[in-house]
Amino acid sequence: MGKRTPGPRFESWGRYPRLQADVVPLHWTIDFPLPQRPAGKQLPVGLGRSYGDVCLLENGTLLDTTGMDRLLGFDPATGVLRCETGTSLKQILDFAVPRGLFLPVTPGTKYVTVGGAIANDIHGRNHHAAGTFGRHVLRFELTRSDGARFVCSPIENSDWFAATIGGMGLTGLMTWADIRLRPIVSRRIDYRGEKFQGLDEFFARSRAAKSEYTAAWIDCVATGRNFARGILMQGDHTQIPEPLHRSREPKLVFPADLPELALNRYSAAIFNTLHYHRQWGKTKSGRVDYEPFFYPLDAVRHWNRMYGRKGLLQFQNVLPLESGREGMLDILKAITKSGLASFQAAIQFFGAVPSVGMMSFPRPGVMLAVDFPVRGEVSFDLMERLTRITLEHGGRMYSAKDARMTPQQFQAFYPQWQEFARYVDPGFDSAYWQRVTGRRRLDD
Amino acid sequence: MTEKGAVPRRVLALGATSAIAEAVLRLLAERGASFFLVGRNPDKLAAVRADLLTRGAAAARSYAANLDDTAAHPTLLAEAAAALGEIDLALIAHGILGNQQEAEADYGAAEAILRTNFLSAVSLAGCLANYFEAQRGGAGQPGAPRRGSLRRGPNSVGDGTPVMAVISSVAGDRGRKSNYIYAASKGGLNVFLEGLRQRLEPAGVRVLTIKPGPIATPMTAHVPPGPFFATPQQAARHILRAIEKRRNEAYVPPYWGAMMLVARNIPGWIFRKIRV
Ligand SMILES: Cc1cc2nc3c(=O)[nH]c(=O)nc-3n(C[C@H](O)[C@H](O)[C@H](O)COP(=O)(O)OP(=O)(O)OC[C@H]3O[C@@H](n4cnc5c(N)ncnc54)[C@H](O)[C@@H]3O)c2cc1C
Ligand SMILES: NC(=O)c1ccc[n+]([C@@H]2O[C@H](COP(=O)([O-])OP(=O)(O)OC[C@H]3O[C@@H](n4cnc5c(N)ncnc54)[C@H](OP(=O)(O)O)[C@@H]3O)[C@@H](O)[C@H]2O)c1
Repeated sequence: MGKRTPGPRFESWGRYPRLQADVVPLHWTIDFPLPQRPAGKQLPVGLGRSYGDVCLLENGTLLDTTGMDRLLGFDPATGVLRCETGTSLKQILDFAVPRGLFLPVTPGTKYVTVGGAIANDIHGRNHHAAGTFGRHVLRFELTRSDGARFVCSPIENSDWFAATIGGMGLTGLMTWADIRLRPIVSRRIDYRGEKFQGLDEFFARSRAAKSEYTAAWIDCVATGRNFARGILMQGDHTQIPEPLHRSREPKLVFPADLPELALNRYSAAIFNTLHYHRQWGKTKSGRVDYEPFFYPLDAVRHWNRMYGRKGLLQFQNVLPLESGREGMLDILKAITKSGLASFQAAIQFFGAVPSVGMMSFPRPGVMLAVDFPVRGEVSFDLMERLTRITLEHGGRMYSAKDARMTPQQFQAFYPQWQEFARYVDPGFDSAYWQRVTGRRRLDD
Repeated sequence: MTEKGAVPRRVLALGATSAIAEAVLRLLAERGASFFLVGRNPDKLAAVRADLLTRGAAAARSYAANLDDTAAHPTLLAEAAAALGEIDLALIAHGILGNQQEAEADYGAAEAILRTNFLSAVSLAGCLANYFEAQRGGAGQPGAPRRGSLRRGPNSVGDGTPVMAVISSVAGDRGRKSNYIYAASKGGLNVFLEGLRQRLEPAGVRVLTIKPGPIATPMTAHVPPGPFFATPQQAARHILRAIEKRRNEAYVPPYWGAMMLVARNIPGWIFRKIRV
């Protein structure tokens, strides 16, 4: 195609930073390499659900893969689906659920592409049981800007396989991938919510948890008696067979950017208190549809507008279990002290299943993810402090969420980065990669 | 009362690699239809075919042909009819937007637009009309409902009337200086289909003229998306409904019907002053 869409700029989910690039839609796997090689660098993008700058590139060409959404083959005997990489997880669920199959690993939104899921080697609430998304990818085709195309798997071009899973779109464009789905007999999830007061109780309850899906919501605003209160949510696919149907399309759209004033520590405190008390008893169990269990936020499209025009940052790290309690305590204290509002905060254990990708984020330990509005200096200072604590405790940060870490910090988190750099396509680049290799400075 | 008869099961798609066509075909594949897919690029055709089969198509054959080659149309249709057995739906979807400035400067460029959008469609629709008339020669009592309830006339939901659906455009409703060559190719097509509809009525064949507004597809990838852009998926749902209901004409999305009613009724002396 090679056509340009001078439409609205491509934004990441956090809408920070804002960088201008050309967007070229790819509709067919043969549309890449582009007929006329663009002057600047290129980067594939999916649905832009990464929060920071991993899916951005200034003055370059973004290859919008969402038009490549064909399902190329399915083997009911093995549950392996071959699809083009612009296919979204929503489209896969629409196909798979009525056939009694489900995603092996799912993030907190179904509006991500297969390409994005592999390139960030995403994880779900079943990390301790299933590992990352990349573990369920059997093979994919990688295409390079020089026109080379080859299949990668654990046995064919295995080094490229490892570099591309978690490779942040830098090693080339994946055109299609084979993914192994898992069986289900019902749409519903046996759910159990347990309230906890403080980190010690969170750790104790997480250690005792036995469910396939385990993650907690944690209150990052409350102080004093309520400090680090939360709800540990466990779930398992129901084993009682029920008719399986496709999900209905969501109707709600967040209409416009909220003014900055609307989101502050007081509204966040009210929201969090309401959320905590939505569950009356200490524990609550039931059977719920998978949509509200996995994707509560998908019910409202563009909910990121809630954070206003300046956008939001997400801090996400993982700390080794040994230093986890102490480190998370420091982090939570820093957050509550900052007074920055936060609604979305999740904490969970990562298990020992090794990630396939050379640059994959998950490692055994405890993981925390927290959203903040961008409020200039205050937000950036907090990010910096949290990143430093993460470094001190031997943890690392998640590239899919980050917009602020420095080259020194990145290189300490991912000491294998130079080895990875050998696989980067010379025609590709990203704002993230420029930043963490010291070629783009942060504006503050 | 099922609506089964209304959903086409044996489908001939001409220009099967069009984004709009593909979205329609996916909906039909999910209901188990069989396909004969014609397009000019074998790689793209292979991808469309694999997708339709994965989604539930009972069968799919692909056939690579440049549809500008009208001489090859009779053979192509004979192959399609043989492969499908019978044709419940023929969808003519291929087309090019062309470039108005080029077409003004160079008649060759104008002719290319007319050839692909108008002449090749005239040839295909004409061959199909002959095929349908021959196929339905015996059964095609004027207005007689085929299988199913007597309460249903040929226009109502639920009869087995074959459909010839052709993607035209809202652009064909009025000539504007910004795209009148493309518009003429579609406007000519509309008049042709109007006449063909009359001819095929006795044979019990429905001719559907589809008039989409702007849809976000490769054809419009270079146009900045405005508020009236619909997705191919949205377009496909409206198109399928029009096919099922055996409509004669469908604006897609339907609000274009009202907009074009207004546009068609603006007197020429005013319309000339509106620079669009
Ligand atoms: C509400 C919400 C909840 C989330 N929950 C989780 C979670 O639980 N766990 C988790 O791990 N993440 C989570 N995420 C983050 C999200 O899963 C990742 O950022 C994911 O990568 C986004 O996919 P995308 O299709 O939007 O890709 P984009 O954000 O557009 O791109 C992501 C990366 O993929 C690369 N890429 C995309 N397509 C291709 C391709 N075809 N070939 C090569 N590279 C490609 C891009 O270059 C970029 O580096 C969440 C995000 C949101 C908004
Ligand atoms: N998109 C809109 O806004 C819009 C609005 C109104 C009407 N329409 C009409 O809708 C129809 C479908 O277009 P689209 O929007 O879906 O765009 P599209 O995806 O670009 O589809 C057009 C298709 O026509 C094929 N084609 C062109 N010339 C051909 C030829 N000589 N032989 C065989 N195939 C040929 C193209 O094949 P290749 O892929 O091989 O080039 C392409 O697959 C067209 O008739 C168009 O005029 C579109």
